[in-house]
Amino acid sequence: MAEHRLEATVNGREVTAMVEPRLTLADFLREKLRLTGTHLGCEHGVCGACTVLVDGAAIRSCLAFAIQMQGCSITTVEGLTPDSGELTDVQAAFRAEHGLQCGFCTPGFVVSATALLAERPDLTAAEVREGLSGNLCRCTGYQGIVRAVQSVIRSRQAASSGQQAEAGAAQAAGTTQEAEAGAARAAGVAGS
Amino acid sequence: MSGETAARYVGARVQRLEDPRMLTGRGHYIDDHVVPGMLHAAFVRSPVARGTVTALDVSEAREMPGVAAVFTMDDFRDICQPTWSTITGRDPNALPLKPLADGDVRFAGDPIAIVVAESRYLAEDGAEVVDVDLDAQPPVLDIETGLRSAIVVHPEIGTNLAAHIDAPAEDEKIFADAAYVVTETVVQHRYVAVPMEGRGLVASWEPGRGELTIWAATQAPHEMRSYCARMLGLPEHRVRVVMGDVGGGFGQKMFVTREEMAVVLASYLLARPVRWIEDRAENLLAGGHARQEQATVSMAADADGRLLAARVHHTENVGSYSTPGTGSVGGGVAAFFPGPYRLPVMSFTNQAVYTNTCGRCAYRGPWLFETVAREQMMDVVARATGMDPLELRRVNVLTDDDLPYTSATGVRYERISPAKTLEQAAELIDYDGFRREQAAARAAGRYLGLGLSLYVEPIQTRGVLGSEGAILRIEPTGEIMLIMGTASHGQSVETTMAQIVADELGCDPESIVFLQGDTAVTPWGPGTGGSKTAVIAAGAAHLAAGKMRDKLMRVAEHVLEVSASDLQLSGGRVHVKGDPEAGASFAKLAEAAYLNPAALPADIEPGLLVSARSVAPPSTLSNACHACTVEVDVHTGEVTILRYVVSEDCGRMINPMVVEGQIAGGVAQGVGGVLLEHMVYDAEGNPLTTTFMDYLLPTACEVPDIEYGHVVTPGDTAGGFKGMGEGGAIGSPPAVINAVADALAPLGARITGTPLGPPQVLAAIAAAGGE
Repeated sequence: MAEHRLEATVNGREVTAMVEPRLTLADFLREKLRLTGTHLGCEHGVCGACTVLVDGAAIRSCLAFAIQMQGCSITTVEGLTPDSGELTDVQAAFRAEHGLQCGFCTPGFVVSATALLAERPDLTAAEVREGLSGNLCRCTGYQGIVRAVQSVIRSRQAASSGQQAEAGAAQAAGTTQEAEAGAARAAGVAGS
Repeated sequence: MSGETAARYVGARVQRLEDPRMLTGRGHYIDDHVVPGMLHAAFVRSPVARGTVTALDVSEAREMPGVAAVFTMDDFRDICQPTWSTITGRDPNALPLKPLADGDVRFAGDPIAIVVAESRYLAEDGAEVVDVDLDAQPPVLDIETGLRSAIVVHPEIGTNLAAHIDAPAEDEKIFADAAYVVTETVVQHRYVAVPMEGRGLVASWEPGRGELTIWAATQAPHEMRSYCARMLGLPEHRVRVVMGDVGGGFGQKMFVTREEMAVVLASYLLARPVRWIEDRAENLLAGGHARQEQATVSMAADADGRLLAARVHHTENVGSYSTPGTGSVGGGVAAFFPGPYRLPVMSFTNQAVYTNTCGRCAYRGPWLFETVAREQMMDVVARATGMDPLELRRVNVLTDDDLPYTSATGVRYERISPAKTLEQAAELIDYDGFRREQAAARAAGRYLGLGLSLYVEPIQTRGVLGSEGAILRIEPTGEIMLIMGTASHGQSVETTMAQIVADELGCDPESIVFLQGDTAVTPWGPGTGGSKTAVIAAGAAHLAAGKMRDKLMRVAEHVLEVSASDLQLSGGRVHVKGDPEAGASFAKLAEAAYLNPAALPADIEPGLLVSARSVAPPSTLSNACHACTVEVDVHTGEVTILRYVVSEDCGRMINPMVVEGQIAGGVAQGVGGVLLEHMVYDAEGNPLTTTFMDYLLPTACEVPDIEYGHVVTPGDTAGGFKGMGEGGAIGSPPAVINAVADALAPLGARITGTPLGPPQVLAAIAAAGGE
């Protein structure tokens, strides 16, 4: 079968490859680039194990052809993690909450949850479940997965309100300094 | 010898050592495994349930680009010897599995030919042009037809009766005199394991070395080795089976299946590595089915609701090519039907029936129909006597005063706490409060229900399942390796075994590298399944760690010149009690043990290497109670789970986080099985549910928050641990079914089994005359 030239960015690196038109994006990532973190659980777009980000949006790589990715930027689960091996907050929360057992569906969940949280940082518990319902897990009963995503929401909100509080405190401190300066000026005036 | 360490990790919610690689996409599953020069396999399968192969032409496929070979049973006949699963032995009543159809097809999906090519894409291209002519014939699909039809699924056996049990009891007088006698037929539909990763393997026969290597998604590498060695007439030590990370199994990957045999045989004929990765359609079509069985149960009770006797007639559909053996679970259903109740007399009959459907395989709690049937019957008895289901269970449940207790089926119960878990679950679900809420809802036209399910979970450690091995090595550098015969594929064994060893040696779990799943390296093990890890694997790890601790102390006495009674282990060191500075690291001790052997006292063997094998106690039982509340929409038939509570007693827990994870996974499978999942065949035996659009798995929206209670009755095992991996799947179906039945009871709707999707719920309401 004739091959066509594909140019795309994968995990921040420019990739050029010759691909058959029928090669799926999932097989391209797994077989040609050896990015085997993208898993195939159904190959008909239901289970979500093959979820990757294309230009920031979560898609099923089993339902896309590689050749459709011309000029696109693709992020796989391998691309979420800095090379230092440190876990992202989403991954760390999955670990802390026992959001994985066999680990096969996990990359898809991590990528989906990452996209979901980027898009909707303030989900309610029911919305978290709804937002994750495009991914299937057979081991965990979703308990730890839902808890993990909720904990990321809480910690990010705490961090951002912490930043606001810090900013507020800085402002308050600034105000105090100004007040003190004003008092000093007043004292100076009084003393003069 | 002294040197006790405090339990720091056992009992704690230690985060898993498996997780970082899996979370970052760096796990290594069978589909990630590349062997140089490997070929890829695809199967040609039967489109009909039963028929004769009148012509099979593979010549065009053999000429396709990239196709290396196409094999049929004719190619395998001379090299494939009869083989069997170790657990069943060579069962004369079971059909020896043939890898491919041999002149006829016996279920839709039956593999007829294997195409081996340079890529999976090319193998599938080749499979498309294999020419099969089939003379389709009427199939046998269900139990009743199978028992009376002249059509025989396996002509070699000559009957569709795969197995049977006839265990009568003297009970006529009991039933005649009983205040209450109820009879009901309880039906369980076909639903399946569905690991997120299907089956898969790479087989590589190297004729020069006379060695077969199989990398496989398996739960039991040593079983696969034995099975394939027998199949090819090879000595076992010339067969090596290696597993990496495995994407779930739930029993489906416990025993070798026909496609796996075909891949191994193809490699043997080609002397090249051959790989097969099952796709989802194949997995649902032919990966092994489960659960389709039913029972007509009569129960006799006295005027106070005390159970007097049960008669159980159990039948099961084992499909065509089942594993292991005949696939019958009748023995387990019989043994555990009495469950956690005083049931003095029981009779049992069983008929396991072959049909032209996909064969049965093990699935989490294969015998669970005993609980599914019994717990529904408890509610049937409760309604007949006018007693509350909780009260009826209280009257009959085994209490501490009853133990030890031997059931009517000969099972000896001890170290269990069914009455306690019943009370804990009732408290957690706020039983009385819910009954008030339910009454108020009914007055407002809403249908709420509560279901209880109480069971004893037998840990499968009989016979070949009763022992596990562990090798513990401290390398000359002081690094620790734990090497075990387990085959963890989601059970967190890498973490839990490290917790046990870490406590014994006074080190961190992270400092232990765990190696499993390579028959060339690890001790023999019966595989991971049957809820036995916490008994036999934990036992082996505990024993090995104890031996290593003793060895470390002996070496430390020599190195530190301090008596062992004054030494302790902690922080990865052996040191003087109360003085962590006065001691030696494992590295220092290892150096002495390995690198300067001449200086060791004569009675210390050089090196730091120990091995141990556990032996399971004669019987280990866990127990639990599930309580579930639902609301049924009587207009749409939709069932919504409101709350789900599990009170679990699996003895002392190694890692409560892992225990709760196992419960949750099992509950989700039971909830899905009852409400959503249904493997359907049409009247001609065509499977209708071979995609996830048709076979519905529960998502995060359908599985409720699960609430846990723990009762701890230590087992007669090292550490007091008991197994519990299957219980969630065992207890959950009847909890949900009973809740739906309770919700619809005011309408007079009778719920006597599954599935309970909207159509079945609406039909039950309609049969009762509607809302």
